Amino acid sequence: MSLKSSTLTKADAIIAQYPQKRSAALPLLHLVQADRGYITQDDMAWVAEKIGVAPMQVLEVVTFYPMFRQSPTGRRHVKVCRTLSCALRGSYALMESLEKSLNCPRGETSPDGDFTLEFVECIADCGCGPVVQVDHALFENVAPEKAGEFTQQLKASLKDANYGKAAPAPGTPEWNG
Amino acid sequence: MSAVERPLIYANLRKPGYTVDLDCYIKHGGYEALKKAVAMKPEEVCKEVEVSGLRGRGGAGFPTGMKWKFLDRKSGKPCYLVVNADESEPGTYKDRQIIYKDPHQMLEGIAITAWAIQAKQTFIYIRGEFQHGAQILENAIAEAKAKGFLGNNILGTGYSCDVVVHRGGGCYVCGEETGLIESLEGKRGYPRIKPPYFPAVLGLYNCPTIVNNAETMAQVKHVLAFGGAEFAKIGIPGDSGTHIWGVSGLVKRPGLYEIEAGKATFGQLLYDFCGGPLEGRTFKAIIPGGSSTKILKFGERFKGKLPNGQEFDWALEDIPLDSNSIAACGTGLGTGGTIVIDDSVEMIQALSNLNAFYAHETCGQCTPCREGSLWLSRVSKRITTGGGLETDVPLLLDIANQVAGRTICAHGEAVAWPVQSAVPKFKDEYLDSIRRRKNGEEVSSVKLI
Repeated sequence: MSLKSSTLTKADAIIAQYPQKRSAALPLLHLVQADRGYITQDDMAWVAEKIGVAPMQVLEVVTFYPMFRQSPTGRRHVKVCRTLSCALRGSYALMESLEKSLNCPRGETSPDGDFTLEFVECIADCGCGPVVQVDHALFENVAPEKAGEFTQQLKASLKDANYGKAAPAPGTPEWNG
Repeated sequence: MSAVERPLIYANLRKPGYTVDLDCYIKHGGYEALKKAVAMKPEEVCKEVEVSGLRGRGGAGFPTGMKWKFLDRKSGKPCYLVVNADESEPGTYKDRQIIYKDPHQMLEGIAITAWAIQAKQTFIYIRGEFQHGAQILENAIAEAKAKGFLGNNILGTGYSCDVVVHRGGGCYVCGEETGLIESLEGKRGYPRIKPPYFPAVLGLYNCPTIVNNAETMAQVKHVLAFGGAEFAKIGIPGDSGTHIWGVSGLVKRPGLYEIEAGKATFGQLLYDFCGGPLEGRTFKAIIPGGSSTKILKFGERFKGKLPNGQEFDWALEDIPLDSNSIAACGTGLGTGGTIVIDDSVEMIQALSNLNAFYAHETCGQCTPCREGSLWLSRVSKRITTGGGLETDVPLLLDIANQVAGRTICAHGEAVAWPVQSAVPKFKDEYLDSIRRRKNGEEVSSVKLI
C-alpha cells in the first residue's frame, strides 16, 4: 500500500512553494487522496514528517475538512448539493430518487461498491440547481424528474474504460463548472 | 425605464469563442492595465484604487483602498497578498465564472495589487471542489510568467512576485479571512481573534497580509484601466463599479446579471432580468446577498434615511441595488447572491435548511456558535417533523440572540441573522406549521430538510 513514486516526487516541489513547510499540509493531503482515494494513518505520518509536525497535527487537519476521507469510497462518489438554492429546485426529491435507483442510502456506499452517495453543502453553482458533483465532474440542473436518466448515465460510466482519464476539455460542463 | 446590464467583469467571458488562453486575453486588451500600473509608483496605484471608491466584493463591502492603507509598513516584515477564491457562501457563484472562464482577468488584478502593496508572494486560496478551476489558474499563471506578467522581474521592473494556487478542503469558515490564513498555514481553519490578529498587521506567518476577494481583484484591473476618477463615475457615489447579481431559487430565469451599482431595483432584477416567478406562483421573500444576509419579505415597507440624508419609503421591489440602500433596509448586499423563495415554500423548512448548513459549518471554537447553531438546527427541524411546540418560535429567537456578537468571527452573526430576521417576519406562519403538523394536516411544499 505504498504511494506512487510520482506522488513522492511531487511532494518536494509542493513544499518548496511555501515560505513555511507546514503550509503544504492541505496540498499534500490532496495529493495523497488523489493517489490512494483516501488517507491512512501511515500517510498522515508521512505528511507529518515531510512538513515537520507531529502526526496528531495532521490528523486534526484531516478531521476538520469535509473533503478529506479516511476510508475508501465507491467507484463513483456522488455528491448532491443540499443547501437552500439547490433544495428549492428539488435536491431532496432527487436524493430520495437516487437512493432507490443506486441502491444506496445517503451517507453510505452501495453493497456492490459502485456508488457512494452523499449530501454536501453549497458547491457554488447555485443558479443551476440541483447540482451534483460526481468525482470531479459537475452536473447541473439535475431536476428530480431527470433522476432516471442521470442514474443511467452514472451506471454507463462504470463500463467506460476511459472514465476520468482524459483531462476535461474546455467547454465541457466539468471544465466550465 | 427598463434597466440594462453593464458587463465589465463578465464582458469578455460571455463572448462566443472567448477562451482562457493568454493570447485570447491579450487580443482583448489584456495586461494593458498592468503596464499602466507598473509605470506608476506603487503608492500612486494605491491612490487610484482609493479614489475609485471600490468596495470589496467578498460580502463585507469594505473599501479596498482603505484596507490596503492599513498594511503595517513599519514592522520591516515582508507582506503577503492572499486572494480569497473560497466561494462558499450559499447562493454565491460569481467567482466561479471568472476563474473558469477568464482567469487572466483576475491574475492581472492580482499583479496590479501585488505591485501596489509590494507583496513578497501571492496565494490564491481556492475552494477544494474547484479542482479544474485550480488547474486552469495554474496553467494561466505559467503562461503569464513566461511573458513576464507575473513571477520574476515583472515587465522589467525588477519587482518579482510568485503566485501559488492553494486548494482548500471544503470548509465554509475558511472563507473568513483569518480562518483562511490559519488554513493556509496548514492548520484547522479556526478564525483568529481581532485584535490583535488584524491581517494587515498580523496575518499570514504573522506578517502584514492583504486578503481580497477574487472578484475584487478583477475589479482592480478595471480601476486601473479606467483610472480611479473615471471608475468612480460608474455606479453611484459611495458604491462604484458593477455588482454581479447571482440569482438562484424559484424564479423563471435564475442566473448571473452584472448591473451598475444603484442603476436598477430588486423589482427590475427579479421581473425584467429573471422573468418573474414560476408559472402560477407569487414571490414571498428573498435573501438578498448570500444566505447570511437578513431576509426581506414581499409586502413589507422599508422606511428610513440614507447616509446622504435622503428619506425613503420603499416596497421590496423599489429598493435600489447598491450597498447603502440595501443596508438602509436592514440587510446587506453581501455577495449579491440572491435566493428567491415563493408562495409554494413552507418557511420553517427554508429556515431549517439554513440552520442545518450553519450547524454543519461551525468550526466549534466558540461555545455560543457551536452549541447555538446545533440547537437552532434541532429545534427548527423538530417543527418540520411534527414535534414542534408553540414556545419553539420564541426559543429560536432566544438562542440566536445569544450567539450574535459573542463569537470570535462573523460565523456567529451568520448563524443568528437568518433566524433573527425571519422569526419576526414569519412568526405566524411558523405557528401555523406547528399547529397543522400536530393535527396531521397535509403540508404542501418543496421538501427542504
